[in-house]
Amino acid sequence: MNAHARQPSLRRRILPVIFERGSPGRVGFSLPPSDVPDVPLDAVIPGAYQRKDLPALPEVSELDVVRHYTNLSHRNFSIDEGFYPLGSCTMKYNPRVNEDAARQPGFARLHPLTPEECAQGALALLWELERFIAEITGMDRVTFQPAAGAHGELTALLMISRYFSDRGERRNIVIVPDSAHGTNPASAALCGYQVVEVKSDARGNIDLNALRTALSPNVAALMLTNPNTLGLFEEQILDVARAVHSVGAQLYLDGANCNAILGITRPGDQGFDAMHLNMHKTFSTPHGGGGPGAGAVAVRSHLAPYLPVPTVEQHGNRYFLDYDRPRSIGKIRAFYGNFANLVRAYAYIRTMGAAGLRAVAETAVLNANYLLARLKGHYDLPYNRTCKHEFVLSGRRQRENYGVTTRDIAKRILDYGFHAPTIYFPLIVEEAIMIEPTETESLQTLDAFADAMIAIAREAEANPEVVRTAPHETVVTRLDEVAAARRPNLRWRSTE
Amino acid sequence: MKYIPLTPAEKERMLRTIGVRSVDDLFQDIPSEVRLCRPLDLPPPMSDPELLAHMRSLATKNLDCDRVTCFLGAGAYDHFVPSTVPHLAYQSEFLTAYTPYQAEVMQGELQAIYEYQSMMCELTAMDVANASMYDGASATAEAANMAADLTGRRDILVSSAVHPEYRRVLHTYTNNLPIRVREIPCPKGITLPEEVQRLTTEDTAAVIVQSPNFFGCIEDGEALARIAHGGGALLVAVVVEPISLGLLVPPGEYGADIVSGEGQPLGNALNFGGPYLGIIATRERFVRRMPGRLVGRTVDTEGRPGFVMTLQTREQHIRRARATSNICTNESLNALATAIYLATLGPQGIRRVAELNARKAHYARQRIIAIPGYEAVFEAPCFNEFVVRCPVPPRELNRQLLDRGILGGLALDRFYPDMPDCWLLCVTEQRTREEIDRLITCLEEIS
Repeated sequence: MNAHARQPSLRRRILPVIFERGSPGRVGFSLPPSDVPDVPLDAVIPGAYQRKDLPALPEVSELDVVRHYTNLSHRNFSIDEGFYPLGSCTMKYNPRVNEDAARQPGFARLHPLTPEECAQGALALLWELERFIAEITGMDRVTFQPAAGAHGELTALLMISRYFSDRGERRNIVIVPDSAHGTNPASAALCGYQVVEVKSDARGNIDLNALRTALSPNVAALMLTNPNTLGLFEEQILDVARAVHSVGAQLYLDGANCNAILGITRPGDQGFDAMHLNMHKTFSTPHGGGGPGAGAVAVRSHLAPYLPVPTVEQHGNRYFLDYDRPRSIGKIRAFYGNFANLVRAYAYIRTMGAAGLRAVAETAVLNANYLLARLKGHYDLPYNRTCKHEFVLSGRRQRENYGVTTRDIAKRILDYGFHAPTIYFPLIVEEAIMIEPTETESLQTLDAFADAMIAIAREAEANPEVVRTAPHETVVTRLDEVAAARRPNLRWRSTE
Repeated sequence: MKYIPLTPAEKERMLRTIGVRSVDDLFQDIPSEVRLCRPLDLPPPMSDPELLAHMRSLATKNLDCDRVTCFLGAGAYDHFVPSTVPHLAYQSEFLTAYTPYQAEVMQGELQAIYEYQSMMCELTAMDVANASMYDGASATAEAANMAADLTGRRDILVSSAVHPEYRRVLHTYTNNLPIRVREIPCPKGITLPEEVQRLTTEDTAAVIVQSPNFFGCIEDGEALARIAHGGGALLVAVVVEPISLGLLVPPGEYGADIVSGEGQPLGNALNFGGPYLGIIATRERFVRRMPGRLVGRTVDTEGRPGFVMTLQTREQHIRRARATSNICTNESLNALATAIYLATLGPQGIRRVAELNARKAHYARQRIIAIPGYEAVFEAPCFNEFVVRCPVPPRELNRQLLDRGILGGLALDRFYPDMPDCWLLCVTEQRTREEIDRLITCLEEIS
């Protein structure tokens, strides 16, 4: 090891875990003494029910806590720091005014079981938001109970299942294209369905002939993403809808990619019967380092009786929660959904209006096509079509010619100060690089990113080692994932 | 539009680079029959000042816990949140990041989640906890699936003293699966071991109990674990009020195999029901059947410690239809808030909060059942919630209390029609003796 390695740079210093920062007896809290008459604790809770040892939590001061998490925050890449072209995740700017709206005590400090007459503002917001989403999607009713997109998939499939059992039909198959998000088959399985995969055609659409072959009276639904995970609009969507409906099955939309179609086309008009939206993607709520999101499930009227309870209804000027829905699938979580994120999404829609939302879709698509135009000479482009909000390149050329993989390219992008695109997804593209710029990025940012991608393509050719060993500028170098899985260390244990 | 920075001149330049004449040309792949030919029918856009005024007007129509004295719990709890929690958890770098797919630039999030997992293990006395689930109810349903998967059995016994909405979610989740859910009656407010014994069969995968349960009563976890294990089933312990673990024997010590629960009380806002924090923790030997993300510690190419998402072959993006769950986006920011909360409190702080809850609830309970016409319903010891029988219908009580600025407890007939005169109250560390005494005075006036 050289002298440099012995004396690591400030950036690369090791941050101790918080358990290592403390000292026995140090405290960081401030709580009042008990103000009720003192009785022996055993009279309150019998000794046999009391834990003998305190949990071994960190013993740190308030400043220790502040320093620790501030230091950790410096080791996180966020939208607020830079460009985050993570395909399929719609990492658009999260407006600050929405944070102020959502964090008001009138929302944040509202107990979910508060009597309805004392929660009219919250219920009005949910009722109005349902109307907005119904209009945007062309659907009839909407629930906001799902906590995230995958939760929405499960909810909708349970509704579809109940719909068929009400009609005395037993259907046990759900079809997904080979380009589908992994959540689609996982949700279908959790709902008890057998999953059948259908391949994509040469233009990146679902293969209509393969679909027709797979369709039968045993099929409950086709789960389709549109624009799909290649960032391409399903050109034959009307034929797809007709084929699905001709066997009595339901057409389900994975709405993860709805940023591309706001105000341009509506899933309800395309023939979809049910869909989910990821409110945290399309409607700008922050992603929180992996969540919370918020899901919405929107359905045509024939599925509305099966919505989870409660729905929000209006009677005169009063809003109320309706639990009296005998055909409902029941509940899929406690209470009503990730409400605080719904407040943010509502605020976003009120800010944008109809013209603003259409401009979102137009600009997201313009930005994606611009990056595509700038990059397609430097990376393989498996499907050479006008894309929607995102597109998928392939690093096959770099791997075959220079031994540089897509993973290497992604790691090298980090050195240029950008988050990497989504990689190795969709599964049907070798060495996939999936880029979604969103509408909130400036032309300077798009150009800087394109320049970096082009520079990396040149590096792969001229100096592949620098790409293969990337990242170089981060707080750690490439991490050993194999060792992590082989001998899992999933928690801190003190070594006394 | 401040969220869309492109100028008309820039757009022109970009269109030229793409080689099309207009933005409309980029949408030619959408069949004309389905293109929307009119603007969406939405209210006109608002400026920021207009928006904030509108949002304030909606917010003020809600009677939040800053404006009433809250004695309502039942799955969502009004606890004190130290200032460190919102200030640190809401930092841009945490708030506006996503799932740590690129570990090298997400060491902050990954380390924070690893620490969160560690703290949940300490609190529950379990071996391993995941990075979060949606909420306590869905986490409990996932725990049931996990137990059925682990045991190869199909019967789930769930105590009727488990939160009614959690049970409803459990039924919804398992409805289409080869899993049968049966409920254990709890006439005495706790889950009786002999009743569990009676219902357990050789196909019982799990016994699900909540402690403190929905009535606030503390279950005899050890006896229940013994019976579950005696029949070859797993014990799923549901913790809806994890503050209690500062004082009570943790599930890992009484023999729970899976812990599911709700982390809202640990530093997360009430938020009219969400986002909350689903907890799942289990034994080391079950880790590969766990749902959700896990963060593990490893090293980089130069031997420095670092953190990555690990054991991902359990998850939907790899295993697809055979994944342990369909969860992708979780509740990481809430997990972070909980980690900051627990770090701020430390072992002594969590103990102190738990004791304050128990003492104040005990005081309130003693005072209420001393009022003529009120009586205790269950004998089992309680933590911070308890049930009383009232001389006045609880809904009527709540109505009159609200006029006096008090958010009363839950009228239990909402979930238990055979308990029309029973009232579930919650007293946290937020309530002062003065407020409790005022509740007593009001009850005396009303009755």
